Amino acid sequence: MSTKRAVRRTAVSRESTPNFWELRLYVAGQTPRSRSAFSNLKKICEDHLPERYSIEVIDLLEQPELSSGDQILAIPTLVRRLPKPMRKIIGDLSDTERVLVGLDLRCASHKG
Amino acid sequence: MAGLSKCPTGIQGLDEITGGGLPRGRPTLVCGAAGCGKTLLAMEFLVRGTMQFHEPGVFMFFEETAPELAANVASLGFDLPTLVRQKKIVLDHVQVERTEIEESGAYDLEGLFVRLNHAIDSIGAKRVVLDTLEALFAGLPNEAVLRSELRRLFHWLKQKGVTAIITAERGREQLTRHGLEEYVSDCVIVLDHRVSERLATRHLRVVKYRGALHGTNEYPFLIGQDGISVLPITSLKNDHKVSSERVSTGIPRLDAMLGGRGFYRGSTILLTGPPGSGKTSIGAFFAQAAALRGERALYFAFEESPNQIERDMHSIGLHLGGSLKKGLLRFHASRPTLYGLEMHLATMFKEIQTFRPSVVVVDPITSLLVAGSQSEAKSMVTRLIDFLKTEQISALFPSLVSGGRDLPETEIVISSLMDSWVLLQDIESNGERNRILHVLKSRGMAHSNQAREFLITDRGIDLVDTYLGPTGVMTGAARVAEVSRERAEALGIQQEVASRKNALMRKRSALERQVAALRADQETEEEEFQRIDLQAGDRVRARVLERSEMGLARHAESNAVATPRIPSTNGRAR
Repeated sequence: MSTKRAVRRTAVSRESTPNFWELRLYVAGQTPRSRSAFSNLKKICEDHLPERYSIEVIDLLEQPELSSGDQILAIPTLVRRLPKPMRKIIGDLSDTERVLVGLDLRCASHKG
Repeated sequence: MAGLSKCPTGIQGLDEITGGGLPRGRPTLVCGAAGCGKTLLAMEFLVRGTMQFHEPGVFMFFEETAPELAANVASLGFDLPTLVRQKKIVLDHVQVERTEIEESGAYDLEGLFVRLNHAIDSIGAKRVVLDTLEALFAGLPNEAVLRSELRRLFHWLKQKGVTAIITAERGREQLTRHGLEEYVSDCVIVLDHRVSERLATRHLRVVKYRGALHGTNEYPFLIGQDGISVLPITSLKNDHKVSSERVSTGIPRLDAMLGGRGFYRGSTILLTGPPGSGKTSIGAFFAQAAALRGERALYFAFEESPNQIERDMHSIGLHLGGSLKKGLLRFHASRPTLYGLEMHLATMFKEIQTFRPSVVVVDPITSLLVAGSQSEAKSMVTRLIDFLKTEQISALFPSLVSGGRDLPETEIVISSLMDSWVLLQDIESNGERNRILHVLKSRGMAHSNQAREFLITDRGIDLVDTYLGPTGVMTGAARVAEVSRERAEALGIQQEVASRKNALMRKRSALERQVAALRADQETEEEEFQRIDLQAGDRVRARVLERSEMGLARHAESNAVATPRIPSTNGRAR
């Protein structure tokens, strides 16, 4: 994660498929914990949601006003904005099982 | 410890208890059960902070929503939306939904810090409130992380230099449910709302205030129309200023009984009497007299509604309407059982402080006394009297006693606190009841020791001299009978004197007539005598003449017959 806002999107449009994961990762500065959260997340997405996800990283030190929008307290926090309903996963995402539960990917991965 | 700076809350009474306010730049923990007024206290701290001390504030709350909060404090006269628009207060609602949170790996609460920091910096806040931070314990799964983060948060708040209030729920065995007092060690305030004898009273206690003297008692507090007011013991010393100025009671004869000029300004007067003896009337006259002097008078009515008092006073010729309209007279009516004694006093303090009267009537004080226990009653009344004396407010306390002559315990207890004691009595004799007024005591003045009959007529109150009869003091019809008897007696005496005088006059004129008659007799006699005298002289002369003529005729020795001398028998000039 070299840019403050790394957005990765596939060519598939969100509207056309319900199986699109729009994710937002809140961090506060370039801490080791936020770096590992980003790499953990990226790995999980690549493994389970290839080409079907976008990750927006928001650094609250740069944009503190964004913290209230998604009610962010814990850092790092991963917010699943799509598909609905919104889910939050807090922590450095090192526990992959919990992340998959949180993202509702257990079923998806089984299906896939 | 001299360097400990205080941050005034602006909340009535709280700054007095804490000796100037909360510790500046440090967090203060306010804990209490649900519905104790924690949120209101915290919000008032912020609102007064920005309005009175120009210190903007951040209100971060975890439970209510922003519109709910604004509505709740609007009832206290705080206009939150405007303050928010003017960037004096930031409201930040933190929502934590446990159900939508999954935990995976290590985390911290930096998001909260960032958020709070941003809110503080956006308006340059000096004050911060975190309302029920403990909601986080329900919202976040890992308590260990939360605890270490809270410790960091309080440390961070201190470094930030903001004066903070953190509210927390009261716990069973410790001050707060989650032991927050462990982290906030500078100042802890406990709020309490409890019911004793079916009356609920709010209490506030400063449990801890590091490095500062503070009152440790429980103080009752009140949530009124314009915020919280805490009722402290106003003065532990007994050294108020005294005035030698006198204030009229509004009843000329009563003034006359009190050395001619009424009570001292700032004195406290106990007025005891049985039901229907005219206590309220005297109170109303006293209040009206102040209003007529252009001073403000405050009448606490615990038994009657203001309208009823106004109507009743109208019937005895006392028209309060004008004074009420001019704002010189104000009634404050409430039911004695509405809340506890302390609460009543807190309300009264607040009313007095806002209205600033020079005369206060508490009608009747006995209603307040039944709202609390005896020991409580005396200490509370002492507080009230202390307060009134410091403020140089003259106060009249009508007090209801039963018809008998014996004074109840409470009377004796509170009477020692009073400067003057006027006693109204009901006397039954000859099949009627009459009122009698005594001045039992009046410190520092020569007052009458006489009983006066107390009359309430359609032209006001009058005090009439009583009569001492063979059966004691005579009042009412007996007095009227006595008056007419005396009048008849006096008339009788007058008539007798007049008739005696007439008789005397008659006697005198008779005497004078007699004297005149006697003198007339005397004069007649004298005239008679002179006539005789005259005749006698003539006769003698005639005889002498006759004799000399005879001698001539007889040619007697002429020498022998001298020329007769005519004797003068009468002294009267002829």
